[in-house]
Amino acid sequence: MSMIEFRQVVKSFGPLTVLDKVDLNIDKGEVLVIIGPSGSGKSTLLRCINALESIQGGDILVDGRSVRGSKDDIRQIRLEAGMVFQQFNLFPQMTALENVMFGPVQSRGMGRAEARVLAQSLLDKVGLKDKGDHAPSELSGGQQQRVAIARALAIRPALMLFDEPTSALDPELRHEVLKVMQTLAAETMTMVVVTHEIEFARQVGTRLIFMEGGKIVHDGNPVELLGNPPSVRLRDFLQHVH
Amino acid sequence: MDFQWSVIWESLPNLLMGAKLTLIIAVAGLAGGLALGALTGMARTYGSWYLDGIARGYILLIRGTPLVVQVMFIYFALPILAGVRIDGVSAAILSIVINSGAYVAEIVRGALLSIPKGLTEAGLAMGLPFRKVLLHIIGPLAFRRMIPALGNQCITSLKDTSLFIVIGVGELTRQGQEVMASNYRAVEIWTAVAVIYLIILSVVAFGLKLVEKRMPIL
Repeated sequence: MSMIEFRQVVKSFGPLTVLDKVDLNIDKGEVLVIIGPSGSGKSTLLRCINALESIQGGDILVDGRSVRGSKDDIRQIRLEAGMVFQQFNLFPQMTALENVMFGPVQSRGMGRAEARVLAQSLLDKVGLKDKGDHAPSELSGGQQQRVAIARALAIRPALMLFDEPTSALDPELRHEVLKVMQTLAAETMTMVVVTHEIEFARQVGTRLIFMEGGKIVHDGNPVELLGNPPSVRLRDFLQHVH
Repeated sequence: MDFQWSVIWESLPNLLMGAKLTLIIAVAGLAGGLALGALTGMARTYGSWYLDGIARGYILLIRGTPLVVQVMFIYFALPILAGVRIDGVSAAILSIVINSGAYVAEIVRGALLSIPKGLTEAGLAMGLPFRKVLLHIIGPLAFRRMIPALGNQCITSLKDTSLFIVIGVGELTRQGQEVMASNYRAVEIWTAVAVIYLIILSVVAFGLKLVEKRMPIL
């Protein structure tokens, strides 16, 4: 069974259709990279998976649970899907360590002492061993995004959703975030990544989707799709992001 | 004229009694007003259309009428309409509650709306119910942003208690009025009353400064 199943998903904002009867199956262990021009629906598709956006037609199942299900279903889906945002969205009143501890304590009901150990080990993992006591405002963008990844991992998710995780970063800070993501992929974490990082798609992605106009236009192996774009449109798009 | 300090010393016990009542009305009224304002502000921000409607109606009514009219209504008209006699101090406290509540509601709403949506999403994406997101993430951040405006409201409401002279509540201004009516020493008495207000409000302002220092806006 697929981990995530899109069935004829329709998402619209008023008269504007953003996802147009999308079908998609994502398997466990896949690193699915979604590319496409802005407004193509790629971020919306990602945000529908953990029900941050509601859908108007069709259904999405995450590990068999519907995003149109009960509050408890949605809660379970969100506990299963860690999310990393373009703007980091760290809680500014908490230190880096407290940010990472927050989910386990509040959402999983973990004791503070245990959560502290877990949070520290996750900060170690993203290369921020000594930054636990820092406020988010004292960290660089790349460091903040790595804390955000640690925070998402802290709820012990089965899959990770990345919404343009490097788009708000200076070029020289991107690689530190991408490196952490690459490590996760190597640990066979299921990942859905909306990004403009074509090199990441090529090297780390196990599958690539090109979206346009609320539809999946191409779906295949990243190396093949990027090496030999099957349409003029994709070739044109790739020339512009490079 | 000669300024007679002895007049002030003689009237000081009465004036301090008034100051005490001023503080009681302000503290009790603001405590209620902050609670009412927090609820109303949340209803305005997150409530269903009918909760929002009720909150809007209340705010319109209170902001659209003077405090003196409100307290007169509560003290004189409400007993006729509802058949319950209400004492002056209770009427005064109730007036501050409903009056400051309306202004606090808009302060709360503004602060809640000013918190970036992404923080709510980050909380929800962790599987937290919205009430926990509000309690642990949005609320504390919004509160910091409210402090300057809430401070203003506290100061305004505290001074507004002087209007309760119209229903005969023995707060500071009323006490001043009564002492002066017996000794006709307007300069000494009103100077003393003004200085007492100034001392109280300086302490409030200092307290607010400390709170803001400890809880800076992030």
